[in-house]
Amino acid sequence: MTTTVQDQPAADDEGGRDEGGRGEGGRGKGGAPPPQQAAGAAGDSFDQDVLPAPRGASRTLLGSLLRPHRRRVAGAAVLLLFQQAAVQAGPLLVAYAIDRALPALRDGRDYGPLTAVAVGYLVCALASGWLQHGFIMAAARVSQRVLLELRGRIYRHAQRLDVDFHDRYTSGRLISRSTTDVEALHELLEEGLQELLGVVMSTCYILVMLLWLDIGLGGAAAASFVPLWLLVRNFQRRSLRVFRSKSTAMASVVVKFAETMNGIRPVQSFRRERPNDAAFAELNGSHRRINGDAILEMARYVVLSRLVANTAVAAIVLWGAYRVASGGMELGVLAASALYLRRLYDPIDRLGMFLNSYQSAAASLEKIAGVLAWAPAVPEPAAPRELPPREPGRPGREVVFDRVRFAYRTGGEVLPEFSLTLPAGRTVAVVGATGAGKSTLAKLLSRFYDPSGGRVLLDGADLRELDASALRREVVMVTQEAFLFSGTVAENIAIGRPDASRAQVEGAAKAIGAHDFIAALPDGYDTDVRKRGGRISAGQRQLVSFARALLADPAVLILDEATSSLDVPGERAVQGAMGTVLRGRTAVVIAHRLSTVAVADRVLVMADGRVVEDGTPDELLAGSGRFATLHRAWRDSLT
Amino acid sequence: MRPVRARLCAAAFVAVVASCLGLVIPLVLKWIVDGPVTDRDTGGVWLGGVLLLVIGLVEALLFGLRRWLVARPLAGVEAAMRAALYGHLQRLPVSFHERWPSGQLLSRATTDLHLLRMFFAFPLTFLVVNGTTILVGCVILLAQEWTLGLVLLAPVLPLVLLCALFEMRYAVASRRAQDQLGDLTTVIEEAVLGIRVIKGFGRHRSQARAFRELADRVRHTELYKARLLAAIWAVILTLPELAIGAALVLGTVQVADGELSAGTLVAFLSTALALRWPVEAMGFLLAMSNEAATAADRFFDVMDEPIPPDAPDARDAPDALSGPSPGGAAAAAGRAGADGLRFERVTFRYPDAPPGARPALDGIDLHIRSGETMALVGATGSGKTTLTALVPRLHEPSGGRILLDGADTAALSRAALRARVAVAFEEPTLFSATVRENVLMGAGEDGGDPGAGLERALRVAQAADFVAALPHGADTQVGEQGLSLSGGQRQRLALARAVVGRPRFLVLDDPLSALDVHTEAAVEAALREVLATTTALVVAHRPSTVLLADRVALLSGGRITAVGTHQELLASSPEYVALMSGAGTEDPRDPQDPEGPEGPEGKEDGAR
Repeated sequence: MTTTVQDQPAADDEGGRDEGGRGEGGRGKGGAPPPQQAAGAAGDSFDQDVLPAPRGASRTLLGSLLRPHRRRVAGAAVLLLFQQAAVQAGPLLVAYAIDRALPALRDGRDYGPLTAVAVGYLVCALASGWLQHGFIMAAARVSQRVLLELRGRIYRHAQRLDVDFHDRYTSGRLISRSTTDVEALHELLEEGLQELLGVVMSTCYILVMLLWLDIGLGGAAAASFVPLWLLVRNFQRRSLRVFRSKSTAMASVVVKFAETMNGIRPVQSFRRERPNDAAFAELNGSHRRINGDAILEMARYVVLSRLVANTAVAAIVLWGAYRVASGGMELGVLAASALYLRRLYDPIDRLGMFLNSYQSAAASLEKIAGVLAWAPAVPEPAAPRELPPREPGRPGREVVFDRVRFAYRTGGEVLPEFSLTLPAGRTVAVVGATGAGKSTLAKLLSRFYDPSGGRVLLDGADLRELDASALRREVVMVTQEAFLFSGTVAENIAIGRPDASRAQVEGAAKAIGAHDFIAALPDGYDTDVRKRGGRISAGQRQLVSFARALLADPAVLILDEATSSLDVPGERAVQGAMGTVLRGRTAVVIAHRLSTVAVADRVLVMADGRVVEDGTPDELLAGSGRFATLHRAWRDSLT
Repeated sequence: MRPVRARLCAAAFVAVVASCLGLVIPLVLKWIVDGPVTDRDTGGVWLGGVLLLVIGLVEALLFGLRRWLVARPLAGVEAAMRAALYGHLQRLPVSFHERWPSGQLLSRATTDLHLLRMFFAFPLTFLVVNGTTILVGCVILLAQEWTLGLVLLAPVLPLVLLCALFEMRYAVASRRAQDQLGDLTTVIEEAVLGIRVIKGFGRHRSQARAFRELADRVRHTELYKARLLAAIWAVILTLPELAIGAALVLGTVQVADGELSAGTLVAFLSTALALRWPVEAMGFLLAMSNEAATAADRFFDVMDEPIPPDAPDARDAPDALSGPSPGGAAAAAGRAGADGLRFERVTFRYPDAPPGARPALDGIDLHIRSGETMALVGATGSGKTTLTALVPRLHEPSGGRILLDGADTAALSRAALRARVAVAFEEPTLFSATVRENVLMGAGEDGGDPGAGLERALRVAQAADFVAALPHGADTQVGEQGLSLSGGQRQRLALARAVVGRPRFLVLDDPLSALDVHTEAAVEAALREVLATTTALVVAHRPSTVLLADRVALLSGGRITAVGTHQELLASSPEYVALMSGAGTEDPRDPQDPEGPEGPEGKEDGAR
């Protein structure tokens, strides 16, 4: 069994997974579809691609997307109704011309009926074209509105969802939800639905016409739909199975592909090209087989349905001809019926294609609905509370952990109950081994997670009562992961405060020692970080993310292993900035590097989720506890 | 491709026959109407019915035969093209991959190849089939009654012209829509990948604005496409219908005048109606062909990218480089004549650097003696990582040479070169595989006893304990599809991967940055043993890493400005002192920092 533990608490702790740091400036994994994982660990829905959603959630979702456009949808349907009427009138006019206009002309030189036919055809031709135009436009307006709304909903919902969700669901799946899956619905709405409506309408019209022309012939044609319906159902069942395994096979191909391209440096340096070729050939081969199966499945459906259709045509024409021959039916009726019959079975192939796109869209919608139905574990308060304004000269705020406890949903307790007060304006360093719970502490304070029990208070206010944007103004966290968004360097720094002036942006960069390298870029602060010459090293990225935090001017600053890629001068600059620009702020510094700890007023040593030592750096150094031991080890490593 | 071509031709032929059979059906109808029906000959009616049935059955079977003929071969073509693309991409230089986002490559391997297969399956065949069908149909129409035929063919010329006009505009609009969708995808990708930053700073407003704008732009382009489509559909539906109407009226008059039989008129009209689908389909067939052409362009954009020429395999390389046998590194270290790693006037500029900009590396001269460990120190962004990438030729130097034991790396085949040099990258990438597989990747094909090697490597990287604690030990699946490990854990596995093959040359890019103090000290102790027998280049950000090395090289302004022991550089280079102790950071122009040159104080500075 492959082990796919997505939420192992211990492994998750140290700053979680560094998704953003992958590749230069976060070259993403494109539309990498989700890793399809063997449904191993029971009960964890994140192992599967589809999150649990209430029954019929995808239908409800589609309904809620279409409801605001009821009128347009109805209008489009009416347009199509008339359009099909115009299109299907052709053979009827042929019948009328042969049975009425022809005798009238032959016998009485009466051009009246023929003129009617001419006018009728003209009207129908123009109407069918014009109505089709109207329908396509109406349908496109609706479907584009729907897609816009759906994209927006996924985007906004993903932003609202908690970090824990993002950690477990993985970025690849979420990206593929908002790209490939939306695209599947797009295809269905744009082409499929139009096709289906057209097929259904024309089938109904033709059947009605046939019945009206001759109840017997029409009845026979209607009866032929019974075997056809069975064939469609059968095809649907079989193709669903093939399609499922096809998308699984494709996902493995894509995962292998994306992984290789994103890790091209280790691939090439460890000469993995040939083993990779072999592994890829295997995945690719199984996709090829299933792909072939899918095409053959379609072939099978087309042959069988064609056989039924052509047999029905032959039988019905035979019967009609027999009746005309024996005088029971008019020739024009037979002619028109024959023309209609050919048209009746025309869309069978297209129906098969529609079913394919319907199936993939339905699967996609189901996955999207699952994400949208997932409630954020860190909800916004209904009635947010205001924080008192910061007093001038006292820019920090007090942080209190009040009998806080934290456990992962799966049960592993990370932090047993503890209480802790961080006085306003002080710098507290948190040290401890991997898995001691340092990062969890930071995530609770920045409200990436909510505690399982107890409260986290900011100047006396429960974090859960604060409006998200208010909280982000007060508490800012800088992590190990220094993600840069596409856009200019200045824009990236200004994320901390969107309304900042250029001077303020530059001030922040100068304070952290990033100004020089930014000024040396081709366009200085206006260099696009993804374009020519925008090559920025890991250490420089981290400096930019510090400038971001400086500009945000928070009351509480959390540094979660944020200095790992910095060299000593960079680290010094950070310390300098904390002593000047950020003086008086409450700061929590999580570090494995003891040099960072030196600037702290107070040091907490954590082990197994508990604070085991607490004091000023000097006090702890003087003792013989863990910190003193750690520090000695570090000193030893330097000499 | 050859057998596929035969199959494709066969399939096209079958499809033409099937399609023409479809055209025969109206003729049979005509025969029934004019013959047995008019003569009230019920026996003849039966004959006609059976004929219809047979033609229908044959048509259906031919349809199936066509699909069956191409199903497997086309799936094979798609797979073969994908495998070729994958293999090619793996061998393209890193500089190519830096230019191309992986998403773009992925969409070529999936969507574009899918489009190409679809093109071979449908448009290619049906352009031929429909063209033939329309031609045959026209001949039948003209043969039956040339005047009516001409009436029917009247709209062909305007249709063709309008379709061509449409194609041109639609192709442009499609490409624009594709590009805009790509931009939108980028914004979505970033919003997901950077979620922790967004969460940490509150909503990212300009990102949200960009998303809204792009999504709306996509909508506008799609609506423009719909307008084009709606217009062409209106034309395609109206013009033929008008022609058929005209033919009906004229035909009726002719029948009334006795110039034409009723059966001929019926057959004529049903032939005309049967031709409607092929004509209508031409529009979307051309659109699909257009898309397939774009897809092919995109595919060959990448496939035409040349793989840089490679030296022939190691055989003609100098004798000193004979194979990375286990323990060979140790032997080589002591071997006389082993020269170590030498950079000679190496320059490097990024291919996409703006013209006129200074090269990233501007004349590097550096000699790392055999068995020696050299630390590479330089300010943030000075090009340390770039320099390390030149050794295994992930980037090709723009000038100068790099010598391994006297052999120019440019003269070695990449495989031979990379077998001798192992690298641990700053960003530790693990693949979706077990811990064991991830580590043993570094062992090469003839890594000796893999079990013992694995154990030793994990021990060196201080990873043995945490690996043993994983649910399945070394067989635990890690990477994107498995257990997520912390940065420090991944870094240690990457280090294990670099040392497992006992490479002669080792390049480590800041290998200990994500480790906690305790682990760092332990790794350093174990790593020292490995480094003792290896020629190594270690990028270092802090004193503790520097102390792993025998000597230090200072990289500054694209050149090596100083080489010496840690103590020597502390005494001689103010820049080095600034980098190692942070002293003088506030004012780099003041080298006379009082705390500066005192080595031990400098180091301890941060610890006070």
